[in-house]
Amino acid sequence: MIHLTRSDYEAMTAYARKQLPNECCGLLAGKRSGGDAFVEKVYYLNNTDASPEHFSMDPAEQFAVMREIRQRNLALIGNFHSHPATPSRPSDEDKRLAFDPSLRYLILSLAESGPVLRSFRIRGGEAIAEPLHIEEEESHWQMQISRN
Amino acid sequence: MTIQVNGEPFQTEIPISVTTLLKEARVEAPEYVTVQLNQQFIRRDDFDTTVLSDGDVVDFLYYMGGGSR
Repeated sequence: MIHLTRSDYEAMTAYARKQLPNECCGLLAGKRSGGDAFVEKVYYLNNTDASPEHFSMDPAEQFAVMREIRQRNLALIGNFHSHPATPSRPSDEDKRLAFDPSLRYLILSLAESGPVLRSFRIRGGEAIAEPLHIEEEESHWQMQISRN
Repeated sequence: MTIQVNGEPFQTEIPISVTTLLKEARVEAPEYVTVQLNQQFIRRDDFDTTVLSDGDVVDFLYYMGGGSR
């Protein structure tokens, strides 16, 4: 399961809407505990494709974020991108370009009446959805980490 | 000699190229990897000929992208 705070979820949704009609993208940093991942910091990156149907992250931004994540003693947990007009599921292109099976791939769909955010593990071209929990209180899952 | 690779120390007894380092790191799709050596981008065409030195700092990451259709 992946855990995300309500405030980060709302910020991601606002960012995705602001980038319309294009897709948006970003990186998720946090901590792992057992089979769970806890997002502590969301990084918003530029979509260098500036496209409603494709995204690419800027490597220079990625390197800068990776260094900051290490400085914060966090781990890269996953990434996210939006689907402005299609459902929250990995496309064939998403699966083809998912090179790191250790990451979570979050997709935020704006196609339906409300935003739909789902998380996937992708390995060998196969995508498996995993539970995503929006936490109302950040302190709640910080206590969970400290207990494990 | 010791090289810092993505923030972790990597030991090697002989000089190695970026290409060899990526193999040692079990990178399965090096054609989709971007490399910085001491915070300078290395062109993919130069991976074979760029030999690493003691104390070098190497960072690499996978291309991240996708498409909704």
